[in-house]
This record gives sequence, structure tokens and C-alpha cells, in this order.
Amino acid sequence: MNRTTAQVHGWLLLLPTAVLLAAFTHYPAVATLWHSFFSTPKPARPAAFTGLENYRVLYEDPVFWQSLTNNFWFALGTIPASIGLALLMAIWVNGRLKGEIRGRAFLRLAFFTPTVLPMVAVANIWLFFYTPQYGLLEQITALFGLPNHNWLGSQSTALACLMVVTVWKEAGFFMIFYLAALQGVSPNLYEAARIEGASAWTMFRRITFPLLMPTTLFVLVNAVINSFRLVDHIVVMTRGGPDNATSLLLYYIYEVGFKFWDSSYAASLTMVLLLILAAAAVIQFGFLERRIHYR
Amino acid sequence: MTRTLETAGTWLLGILWILPLAYALWAAFHPSEYSTHFTLSAPLTMENFGVAWNAAPFARYFVNTILLVTLILAAQLVLCTLAAYAFARYEFPGRDIAFALVLVQLMVMPDVLIVENYRTMSQLGILDSIPAIGLPYMASAFGVFLLRQTFKSIPKELDDAARVEGASALQVLWKVYVPLAVPTYIAYGLVSVSYHWNNFLWPIIVTNTVNARPLTVGLQVFSSTDQGIDWSIICAATLMTSAPLLVAFLLFQRQFVNLSCARE
Repeated sequence: MNRTTAQVHGWLLLLPTAVLLAAFTHYPAVATLWHSFFSTPKPARPAAFTGLENYRVLYEDPVFWQSLTNNFWFALGTIPASIGLALLMAIWVNGRLKGEIRGRAFLRLAFFTPTVLPMVAVANIWLFFYTPQYGLLEQITALFGLPNHNWLGSQSTALACLMVVTVWKEAGFFMIFYLAALQGVSPNLYEAARIEGASAWTMFRRITFPLLMPTTLFVLVNAVINSFRLVDHIVVMTRGGPDNATSLLLYYIYEVGFKFWDSSYAASLTMVLLLILAAAAVIQFGFLERRIHYR
Repeated sequence: MTRTLETAGTWLLGILWILPLAYALWAAFHPSEYSTHFTLSAPLTMENFGVAWNAAPFARYFVNTILLVTLILAAQLVLCTLAAYAFARYEFPGRDIAFALVLVQLMVMPDVLIVENYRTMSQLGILDSIPAIGLPYMASAFGVFLLRQTFKSIPKELDDAARVEGASALQVLWKVYVPLAVPTYIAYGLVSVSYHWNNFLWPIIVTNTVNARPLTVGLQVFSSTDQGIDWSIICAATLMTSAPLLVAFLLFQRQFVNLSCARE
């Protein structure tokens, strides 16, 4: 096969994927930017170029700022917790390094099941847990003689409740990646450390944790993306309320785009989300990747 | 001492984690008056499932979801295989840039481009159809990346040998690469099916009738409007919609774990 034929073949093989990606990833990303400079077309009035008008509105929109702030708190609250728990779960159910914990298979199953269940379905169950008066959480707090509290209906606790659901849903998924990585850590390292008289904590800090660093990075990137991508439970549980206390950026985009049907403003909101994701990518590849030890 | 504490901690976390599912099972299999109080004498019943099944067109939702995940998976397997083969074994101008452009989708997923993709679907005139839900996901950066890694690990000699015997490019792909990548296909298939079985935001946006709604959207419509707050029936519906995935997961546990190995 000569060189030119090989080149043509290469492109032909790639073509279907390239066309679909261009149509549903690259084009919409560019079109988002383009449409954010126009007004939303109405039956009587076609779209008009308005320059940065949408961004001025955005800058002065308190709901946008609240969604953005909520989203940062949401990310900050869910990412470290789910990664930390995932690591802990993996070490606990790994059981290759020290004596078995009884019922390891059951535990692994328990940790992982939330991941395979649809978020919409489990959000319904959690909705019951948080229900005022006769919900499970209320029944438990009542046992301790605590006063009634509307967990999802109060601005101070609603977002935290959703964070709990997210951590619960994601930790088991990340655990799987840590489990796989732990299989690759040589037991000799721990042997050697034990001979040196290292404590369990020192072994974790000096052996396990550094060797798991590439996995942590991978999981971290996923967790960051998910914290800006996953809003199913908000649609089911709070619809962004009470008073926008649980509105996240993507949920607000959904509301503006498909409840208020203001597609241009939704486009400029999407630009903010795209910028955040781009920043995450740059930080990942430009900065973190260089500082991490690879085998 | 530390051991005991650790075991206790693990079990506490495990029980906490299984609690929502355990509750759903409790509520779904008992009459609704027992859905909020727990006593061993509560009688078992299957009635909630029947009520839920008849209260909404779940049969149709099941058909839609199965069509949807099959359509997406079939397209993904074909497209990703071809693209991954190109990236793994061909030299062509612009390959590295093309690969970088593919990887963009790992960060900018279709889930966040809802506004513009909706516009596209409406221009194509296919709103409220199953292909409209599936189209943005058919080219998958994750799948291309995963299969490229697998194909690269297959010895080039096998490829050369087949070509010496006169096999065409597609024959080599089909006879040499695809059979050796079966574990990757299974793992990727499981992830894809569970992702799209569970997907919600984009389907709720592009569908508005029973004809195209998948299970997740149907469940949401059902539990938010038709039902009020009969937890037993909501839990029965919830279990019904997730059961096939749960069963699949129990059968394929090992492959799920293998996927995370394949990544490295």
C-alpha cells in the first residue's frame, strides 16, 4: 500500500466520527459564541446583533452570580469528599495488603450500586429521606428530640442536602478506579516499609498516596466536570429553589433556555460554562500533569 | 483495636450507602401504609408494581430506552472502531490535530451544549424522536481514546502478516483487531449502556411526548405529576426502571473493574 492511499484510508476511517463531532460538539461550541452576540429571535422580531449586551445583562443578573457561587460551593463540597471517601473505600475493600474485612464483596457492592442507578430514580428516594415531618431524616432527628426542619425547603440546608446525594452517588464510581490502581501496587514496597518499622499512616503517605497520584488526577478531572455537568437531581428535588439556593450553572442554563426560551441569553451563560471547562483542561494538562509522578 | 475500629467504620459506611436502595425495596414490597413506619409484621405485596405499571405507559418507555441505548451503542461501536484504527495504525497529515480535536469532547460533553444542539435538532426537524436524543452521543471521544489504546497494544506484526496474505484494511481490522479488543468492547459497552439508560437532561429537553420519552424522563413525569406522594408506588416505579441495569451490573461486575484497568 503506498503512502497516499494510506493517508486517504486514514481520513476515510476517521470521517464519520469527524463529521458527527463537528456537527454536535465543535459547531455548537462556536455557534454558542456567535449567538451570544445576538438577541433572541421572536415571531415579530428576528435576531439582531447586540454585541456584548447579553454579557452586560449577565454581569448584572443576580441569579447568574448566585448560580455560579452555588456551583463553586457545590464543587468544593462534593469533590474532596467524594474523592476522599472513594480512596478510603478502595483501601478498605481492597484487602490485598492486610487481613480481609468480613463481607468485602457485600461492601464493594454497597459502595458501587449508587453508580449504576439512574440519578432521577435515586433522587426520588432521597426526596423521601428529606421530606418534612414524616421523612426518614425527620424521623431520626425526632428520636433525638430535635425540632422539625424542612431540609430541602430551607435556604441554609438545601444545597448541602444535594451535595450529600452527589457524594453518595459518585464515591463508589471513583472507588473502582482506585481499586484497579491498588492492584498494581507491589506488595514488596509495603514489606520493605514494614521492616523499616513504618506506621500504617507513613506507608499510606509515602507509598500508597504518591503511587495513586495519576489515578487521583484522572478522578479529579472527572469530578470537576461532573460538578458542572450533573443537574438531574436538581430538576427532581428542588428545581433550583428555594429562592435559587440550589440553582447550579447548567440548571440555570436549562431554565433560561427551555423555560423562559431566551436562547441568546442561555448561549452567553453557556459561554461561561465552556470557559470554566476550558480552564479546567488547561490546569490539568499544563500544570498538574507535570508535577505528578508517573510509573 | 485499630482493626476493630476500621471494620466498624467500613460497615457503617456500607450500611449508610445501601440504605436508600434498602428503603426503596422496603417501600415497594409493602403496602403504602407501611412506607413510613417500619415493623417486621408488615405484609409483603407486589401490588405497587402493578399499580405503577398501569399508571403510566412504562412499557412504551422501556421500548424507547432499549431502542435508544441500542442505537447509540451500535453507532458508537462502529464509529469508534474505525476512528481508533485510523489513529492507532495510520499516518496521515493532520492526525495529531484531529486527535486533539476529538479529545475536546472529553471536556465539552454534549450535556452542556444543550441550547445549540436543540437548535440543530429543530432545524433538522427531528425534535421529539429517538435519533434526536442519540445523535450528539454517537461519536464518542472516550470510546475512540479507549480503543486506540487497545489497538496500539496489539503487535504490528499480526497486522503486517495479514496484509501479506492479501487482506484489505477493513478485513485486517475485522479479523485481527476487533477479536483481540473484545474485553474493551464489553467494558465500554457497559459504561455506554448505563450512561444512556440513566441520561436525563438532554432527553427531557428534546422529547415532549410518550413516543420518544425514555424511562428516566417517563419516571420523572410520572412521579412529579400523576402520583402525588405515594412513596410505595414511586419506589416501585424507581426499582422497575433501574432493575435491568442492576441485574446487568451484578452479572458483569468484573468487566466494570477491568475498564478502569484498561485506561492505564
